[in-house]
Amino acid sequence: MSKQTAAPPDVDPQLLKNERDEAKNRQKSRLTGLDKEKLIELYRQMLLIRRFEEKSAEVYVAGKIGGFCHLYIGQEAVGVGTISAIRQDDYVLASYREHGLALAKGMSARSIMAELFGKATGCSKGKGGSMHMFDKSLGFLGGHAIVGGQIPLATGTAFATKYQGTDQVTLCYFGEAAVNQGAFHESLNMAQLWKLPCIYICENNQYGMGTSLARAMSLQNIAQKACAYDLASEFVDGMDVLAVREATLRAVERARRDYLPTLLEIRTYRFMGHSMSDPGNYRTRAEIEKYQERDPIKLFAASLLEEKIVEQKGLDEIDRQVREVVEDALRFADESPLPDPEELYTDVYANPIEPGRK
Amino acid sequence: MATITIREALNQALREELARDDKVFLMGEEVAQYDGAYKVSKGLFHEFGGKRVIDTPITELGFAGLGVGAAMAGLRPVIEFMTFNFSILATDQIINSAAKMLYMSGGQINIPIVFRGPGGSAFQVSSQHSQALESWYAYFPGLKVVMPSTPADAKGLLKSAIRDDDPVIFIEQERMYGNKGEVPDDPDFTIPLGVADVKREGKDVTIVARSLTVPLALKAAEQLEQQGVSCEVVDPRTIRPLDIDTIIASVKKTNRVVIAEESHPICGVGAEISAQIMERAFDYLDAPVKRVSGADVPMPYAKNLENLAIPDVNRIVAAVREVAYID
Repeated sequence: MSKQTAAPPDVDPQLLKNERDEAKNRQKSRLTGLDKEKLIELYRQMLLIRRFEEKSAEVYVAGKIGGFCHLYIGQEAVGVGTISAIRQDDYVLASYREHGLALAKGMSARSIMAELFGKATGCSKGKGGSMHMFDKSLGFLGGHAIVGGQIPLATGTAFATKYQGTDQVTLCYFGEAAVNQGAFHESLNMAQLWKLPCIYICENNQYGMGTSLARAMSLQNIAQKACAYDLASEFVDGMDVLAVREATLRAVERARRDYLPTLLEIRTYRFMGHSMSDPGNYRTRAEIEKYQERDPIKLFAASLLEEKIVEQKGLDEIDRQVREVVEDALRFADESPLPDPEELYTDVYANPIEPGRK
Repeated sequence: MATITIREALNQALREELARDDKVFLMGEEVAQYDGAYKVSKGLFHEFGGKRVIDTPITELGFAGLGVGAAMAGLRPVIEFMTFNFSILATDQIINSAAKMLYMSGGQINIPIVFRGPGGSAFQVSSQHSQALESWYAYFPGLKVVMPSTPADAKGLLKSAIRDDDPVIFIEQERMYGNKGEVPDDPDFTIPLGVADVKREGKDVTIVARSLTVPLALKAAEQLEQQGVSCEVVDPRTIRPLDIDTIIASVKKTNRVVIAEESHPICGVGAEISAQIMERAFDYLDAPVKRVSGADVPMPYAKNLENLAIPDVNRIVAAVREVAYID
């Protein structure tokens, strides 16, 4: 049994270039079979998330966003690749690092930015904030902020699907640190025991806050843990949006056709700190740069250009468009009203009870 | 009216609600093939099958969270904890997911779920299997907490809890499953949540009791009647939301209050009721509010020590005599 090393050693530039070229060649071999519009849409979504998160960081520093703010920069290929493989009526449940997933599921940049600003027009009416984004109409069932808490919930939406005889699948996202929680193990056991159509997506960005995988996990091959519950699993390169999409399509087919769960370990890397307050002293600049060489957006752009699917001019135009979407969201959030003070006491109960009413 | 046990009343409520709405399912440890550890679900697996009545592995956090997720997707789960002691493992999902989902989603996602099972003191099972947890759950906005004390209340309140669109913690008293009482035959009989019941009318002292202490308070009231003290016994039935108006109305009539509960006294429901009485009826009180609570110790095993740890009729009688300035 081979153990993966958690903190890769610094490597020389030539090796890095070779590795990057190999990744690109692997990705280019996956370009066939997808039409141009779909490929460009994947690129557009990744870039929208990147620009949205860059802007979030900027306005967070300016004090427009409160509380915790966990950015998705570096992990865009995971969200876009997985969600491109499902339908709009499928469910997505995520952790607190969910802005990018919400965008990928089709929620508007306006509603997400307004939520970050704590405004009445936010997707959760300003009551959830960065960590609790919801849009029931799009099947985006939250940002959940206790590590691993969303895993039993997602197992439950998959249970409901099978119970009702419909064919939606559930995508459940969590970081690798959540794998040490009991909720992960309890859920995988039930999902395979009862054959529930849930796809467990471990976004392995290799750090649980400031603690590396090597310091936190005895068996670091996460995909292998699926064996304990007799679950199908795959290890996926999370810097390659097409590899992510293909693996998810295989899992979706198992879930939709046969009500079977899958564990995907998608290896990725966050380029920013755990949250906006994290200075990131626990990892080296060289390590971050190594992964930035494999930046999923840069990698995909290079593949698209080299295969002449799009020209640089086209990519520049996409960048201009998504920056406009983000600027519009920012203006919208800024100009939106704060929640009415009366909202403090609404939404506590669906059936509020006036005690003593007969 | 039929005379049945609390166990049978709960079983009827589950059967009727399973039959009424196919979105309702019952899930928990040993609820199906074993007929329930306490036989509350007896016969339901046979009648409704394994799709609706589901045995789980011993995985409380997991199946509690699965239930909440199923409720997010439109089902109406009834999750049984074999005892509420085991719900401690599931509190993250009950509190952080079920109670808060509607609020933090800005009103989009309500959680129509019932967490039910036996709670409170049991018979000589020591500290980990014998404790009252209602004040934990009653603390959290977003949850409703129900504690029936009679077969009719058990049936009527459980049916309301299952039909309710919010998460309900439904705590059945483990020692009381065999208690008998009259229950209406009407299959649509329900009791609304949030309404207290005056179990006995009186004029001298109010005893606020719930769950296990209701029959104890009624016995105490009988003895006190012989001693010339007329007691009113008020059973809130729902702890959150609390029907404080009914309690206050009684206090304004009697001017003296004893709160009887089997839970620990510190930060308990009795402390909350006492504080609200002080805030709303201080000028009506002729004596300080008196609590009769479980001992402030983990539950012991030895029978004599266990008896000392749980409120009994004598302690309630003594407390009433104290607030009435008889002794």
